[in-house]
Amino acid sequence: MNANLREAWALLPDYLGQHVILSVSALLLGVAVSVPLGVIAARSRRVGAPVLAVVSVVQTIPGLALLALFYPLLLAVSAVTDDLFGFSFRALGFLPALLALTLYAMLPILRNTVTALKGLDPAILMAAKGVGMTARQSLFRVELPLAAPQILAGIRTATVWVVGITTLSTPIGQTSLGNYIFTGLQIENWIFVLFGCVAAAALALVLDLLLAMAGAGLGRRSHARLVLAAAGLIAVIGAALLPELIQAHAPQARPMVAIGAKNFSEQYILADLMAGRLERAGFSVATKSDLGSTIAFRALSSGDIDAYVDYSGTLWGNILGRTDMPGRQAMLDTLAARLKADYGIASLGSLGFENAYIFAMRADRAQALNIKSLADLARHPELRIGGDFEIFSRPEWRAVAKAYDLGRMKRRQYQPEFLYRAVVSGDADVVSAFSSDGRIARYGLVILGDPKAALPPYDAMLLVGPAHAHDAAFLAALKPLEGEISLTLMQRANLMVDRDQDKQTPAAAAAWLDRQIPH
Amino acid sequence: MIEFLNLSKAYSASGTQAVRGLTLSIAPGEFLVLIGPSGSGKTTTLNMVNRLVEPDSGEIRIEGKNVLDSDPVMLRRSIGYVFQEAGLFPHMTVAENVAATPVLLGWDRPRIAARVTQLLDMVQLAGFESRFPQELSGGQRQRVALARALAARPPVLLLDEPFGALDPVTREAVAADVRAIHQRLGLTTLMVTHDMTEALLMADRIAVMADGQLVQVGSPRELVEHPADAFVAQLIETPRRRARALAETLRA
Ligand SMILES: Nc1ncnc2c1ncn2[C@@H]1O[C@H](COP(=O)(O)OP(=O)(O)OP(=O)(O)O)[C@@H](O)[C@H]1O
Ligand SMILES: [Mg+2]
Repeated sequence: MNANLREAWALLPDYLGQHVILSVSALLLGVAVSVPLGVIAARSRRVGAPVLAVVSVVQTIPGLALLALFYPLLLAVSAVTDDLFGFSFRALGFLPALLALTLYAMLPILRNTVTALKGLDPAILMAAKGVGMTARQSLFRVELPLAAPQILAGIRTATVWVVGITTLSTPIGQTSLGNYIFTGLQIENWIFVLFGCVAAAALALVLDLLLAMAGAGLGRRSHARLVLAAAGLIAVIGAALLPELIQAHAPQARPMVAIGAKNFSEQYILADLMAGRLERAGFSVATKSDLGSTIAFRALSSGDIDAYVDYSGTLWGNILGRTDMPGRQAMLDTLAARLKADYGIASLGSLGFENAYIFAMRADRAQALNIKSLADLARHPELRIGGDFEIFSRPEWRAVAKAYDLGRMKRRQYQPEFLYRAVVSGDADVVSAFSSDGRIARYGLVILGDPKAALPPYDAMLLVGPAHAHDAAFLAALKPLEGEISLTLMQRANLMVDRDQDKQTPAAAAAWLDRQIPH
Repeated sequence: MIEFLNLSKAYSASGTQAVRGLTLSIAPGEFLVLIGPSGSGKTTTLNMVNRLVEPDSGEIRIEGKNVLDSDPVMLRRSIGYVFQEAGLFPHMTVAENVAATPVLLGWDRPRIAARVTQLLDMVQLAGFESRFPQELSGGQRQRVALARALAARPPVLLLDEPFGALDPVTREAVAADVRAIHQRLGLTTLMVTHDMTEALLMADRIAVMADGQLVQVGSPRELVEHPADAFVAQLIETPRRRARALAETLRA
């Protein structure tokens, strides 16, 4: 079997289990909220119209945005409950995903419940009253049973939606089948992407089929079908949960820690590298990858993850909100002091390389236009500049645009891995890139100089969250990495994952990198 | 004994005065037929007996007790009602439909099962217990509705055009069954119909309604011999004219 496929299979129990827990919880919660709400809405226009309107609007919010919005919301709620009652909760991962997915599950169930109840034959309702049923008895003995097939159809629709959208919970720190898709997309591992899509689709299909069977069993009063469907549902959910249960009940001698990674190859590799070192030091490690840039920092300060790698320039602008340029070492020192004082976060210092925002062009094109540095770009406002999703809203870009008067250039945004394609194909003339990326040299790009030193340094810093900032065993496991990863080493490791031929998984690249560093 | 005392009802939704000052009494064990054109207030009157509709003014008394003093749910369980168009529950079997009121009253299982068997025997549907209403003919459905109405042994039976959907032969058979059951169980029955022939054949007394008001009430003989006005005379004339026409056709 192909190495990628083998790795995908190995990850399946964990990803599928978490995916099923989340999807099924959201669906159960969705049903528990929507059916009673539907009953109320069907009886009262005053409730019905606004509730349906709100739920319909929620449905139009893109899935990724809805999931992401719950993170700051819960963070704020958690801060309030902490202040008032001295109790806080995890704002990352399961909870925000659960709430967002529950909202998504609501529309089809609610709408079908309302339509079914409103569409009942008034003669039958009159008969229910006439034989002496109370309003409650009429609801449970006549109205809901008659509406059941349509409500079930709504639940089936919700199931297919929710199982699909659950893949989007990966970027807010909840493991799901989406991990295959997001990671695969970042490292251009199409087998991973496909594997994730197929697994999610298969899960949706199986659940839908079992629900359809349950519906047929109910309709025809076939106990055999009903039992079969229930057994099937229990089997699927049980099988998916088994690995989680075994893990939960295994004697938990090893302390649990979580390592975070943002959404690009270098971060996956470094997270796997750290995880390996910690595991050998006796920790039980989970990795949470594909976190958004600021989400990763928040997750660290709130204890949702225990360590990750960030970059000095990023922290300087985004977390400290500074725009001044004090110089490399001063920046590292200030950051270490401030993160410690404000967030209780320990910095293990620079890993030894820099992953700076730089701007690059195809060598031939730069030569033809006689462009050597960012300063030369001002003469060519007709050029198109490509960036990832972050760069143009970051202070770094504002500083560069201001220093070199680049505000008028046409901007385009790409997934990071498509950036290189864009500049090679001429779709963009200049692209933002990262200095540790092995593909810069590979695609024959030249880095534009920064004579005014507008771009801050981006030294890779290993950050440890408050819970382990004084944990000697934890720090000792990671300390040997400090200063040992040179730019060339990192570029080579990155290229192993990012190249098109002989592509390696981040785990394999991490293992290679691990061997290059003293223990 | 059912008494209507100056009963009135207007529907605010349609602005219709459906029933105006109706006064009428039905003796214990009597079979009274309510007849009148469409929209004359027959169903409204029937519905006020078991409080599916509440009157604006006036009173209904059953055994001397104002129905408004009874709990509506308990009242309905003590009155059998066969609805226009049967109104069977489509998701329940014949047996479950018949058992509806006894179940609500909390009878034990063996008692309910015995009662269902007894009633289905009575309406000649033994063996149909586990069929669903969609799997029955119109006449069979109507008989199930009758069995359901009688299940909890109510002393009072209300029937709203129970034979509307039936062919003439079935109709006559079910009508005869209903009348026989009324007799056998000693019920007080109030039945609505459009059909004067049916009324004349089944009723102890007939009450004629028009435009929400009672026009005349009396035995079939009284109505035939002394119709109160042209409208009643015309109602009575219809079956007679038909009988004459039939006789002539047969003679020719
Ligand atoms: N729920 C209601 N809301 C408003 N108006 C109603 C309602 N039910 C009946 N009406 C009106 O009240 C009047 C009497 O209706 P009712 O149903 O009592 O007539 P009916 O004699 O039973 O007629 P039919 O023989 O056609 O069944 C009609 O004009 C009808 O339109
Ligand atoms: Mg009517």
